Amino acid sequence: MDILACPVCKGDLVLNVVEENEEEVISGTLYCPACGEHYPIDEGIPNLLPPDLRN
Amino acid sequence: MVEIEYKNARVKLGDPDLVYEPAEDSFLLADAALEDTESGMRILEVGTGSGFVSAVLRANFENVRIIATEINPHAARCAKKNGVEVLRTDLFRGIKPRSPEARFDLILFNPPYLPTSEEEKVPVWLNYAFDGGASGRETLERFFAEVRAYLRPGGRILVLISSITGVEAVQEKMEGLGFDVDIAGRTKVSFEELVVVRGKLS
Repeated sequence: MDILACPVCKGDLVLNVVEENEEEVISGTLYCPACGEHYPIDEGIPNLLPPDLRN
Repeated sequence: MVEIEYKNARVKLGDPDLVYEPAEDSFLLADAALEDTESGMRILEVGTGSGFVSAVLRANFENVRIIATEINPHAARCAKKNGVEVLRTDLFRGIKPRSPEARFDLILFNPPYLPTSEEEKVPVWLNYAFDGGASGRETLERFFAEVRAYLRPGGRILVLISSITGVEAVQEKMEGLGFDVDIAGRTKVSFEELVVVRGKLS
């Protein structure tokens, strides 16, 4: 978490946990307040692709 | 699920139509990375694919922190199954530059290096594993443009390249960025020679 940044503006992200275990966040979101963009965490993998490259 | 065993590691492979299958290039980079890894290091692998190289390092060193990036969702899930801490992003995009936590001792990269024209591109995720743009060096150039912001002073990089990519051009590029450059490993594979180029910051 301490190394992650918004892929668009490189700003800090706010973590929102939906599910976690002792080791890691399984699902949730990372929110960039500067861009107003949410980045999903699914199956323990943060998806930090810009929205246009995500799918 | 198919698994391969290599240097104390058992590595799960993904669907070969979706995830690059470890081959001679992966083995050569893993061997060079094993040589350069020391206990306590923080390591970043860019474009980990199945997670093979990172998984081999994890199996052989307990006290190293390895983080990997991968753009292909199928490959990222495969790397995760192999115990690799992975985030989905394009090269370094989702990582904070010039922050103390994201200054790595060692950065590994096995880039896509096949010269690929617009007509040759295929609209699948696996394209990212091969497509090096028209020159074969486009992804590597983007990597070089950013890599120093993620290395600590004295840090090093190991980059797998092919004779197709142009070994001398890559060495010159790295020297221009301030790296001391040498060859960490090489092997001949049918029509090409694979080379691991090492760059050290002083």
